Amino acid sequence: MENLLAIIIGAIFVNNFILTRFLGLCPFFGVSRRTKPALGMGLAVIFVMTLSSVVTWIMYNLILIPLGLQYLQIIVFILVIATLVQFVELFLKKANPVLYKTLGIYLPLITTNCAILGVAFLNVQESYSFIAALVFGISAGVGFLLALLLMSGIRERLELSKVPKAFSGLPIAFIVAALMSMAFLAFSGMIQ
Amino acid sequence: MQQNNFWELAKGIFKKNPVFCLVLGLCPFLAVSTSLDNAIGMGGATIFVLVCSNVIISLIREKVPDKIRIPIFIVVIASFVTIVSLFMQAYLPALNKALGIYVPLIVVNCIILGRAEAFASKNNLFRSVLDGLGMGIGFSFALLLISFIRELLGTGSLKVFGVTLLTVPIEPAIVFILAPGALLVMGLLLGLFRHIGNRRKA
Repeated sequence: MENLLAIIIGAIFVNNFILTRFLGLCPFFGVSRRTKPALGMGLAVIFVMTLSSVVTWIMYNLILIPLGLQYLQIIVFILVIATLVQFVELFLKKANPVLYKTLGIYLPLITTNCAILGVAFLNVQESYSFIAALVFGISAGVGFLLALLLMSGIRERLELSKVPKAFSGLPIAFIVAALMSMAFLAFSGMIQ
Repeated sequence: MQQNNFWELAKGIFKKNPVFCLVLGLCPFLAVSTSLDNAIGMGGATIFVLVCSNVIISLIREKVPDKIRIPIFIVVIASFVTIVSLFMQAYLPALNKALGIYVPLIVVNCIILGRAEAFASKNNLFRSVLDGLGMGIGFSFALLLISFIRELLGTGSLKVFGVTLLTVPIEPAIVFILAPGALLVMGLLLGLFRHIGNRRKA
């Protein structure tokens, strides 16, 4: 139980996917201009990340290991995630059009989000159990949402303030991210 | 024509540098730029995958049905990444450990899929090789630049494969080899390049 708590806090704060592991930076800078799309993207990531974490765990431990095909993991993981995203998109379109409208446009972007694939590889590297992989997937997604929301809030205000011309837009966003990342370093003493 | 071919190679290094101008491939870029060793390893791996996948995709470009081209490109790229990853595990275990999950994550480096889709699927073999090589060198060049700054300020010295190249008498600022340093150096460099660009236009 304590172990799971360590995974949750670790994935959300200490090893935040965006700010300390640098996974999923493209959507982080791409979708963080406004708070509303940032929220949609974050929720879509939590959803897909949890699903893909569980599915790739099952594929790896129940199919690849018994067959001795671990070396195929890169190809298998990326194909599983791409297919999964397609299925989720089709399913949402039919089953829940309202949710589809909020998350739909972000789903194709997620396929090549390195954070999703990163979770799958970290599960293998840390040899997590099934429950741990599920919890890790959810909390990594929550950490992603947290960083994205904080960033979008700051960037909305940043647009109203005076920034040197050369730094407006992306460069200042990087510097803001650096300061946020420094703040998150303070969490690093929380777990061993 | 000669000049044209040279342009395919050179554009990736300067004019369309994938990192500084197009801001692609950030994840591996920021994560492994802590030391020159890592930068050389990651740069080499990326050049290999980029050139090889450009070759294959350029060769099969007329046979691939348009609708399923992206999954096919991804499988080609993933195969070459698997080769690199297995090679590193066998012959360079220390480097493999330092780069960790960022080696398999070369698959989702947007530069590689981006070049496959935008260039190799439309151009002949020779030009695709040059394009891959140029983009790969541009990526590695940017990676070396940023790890040079981070290693120098973060540890106070520069080492390449155990050989110390240079030491400077400063107090090492460890923050530069931690995560915030990467974002800070990247932000400052982007701002600097944009400032130079603005001045040239004016």
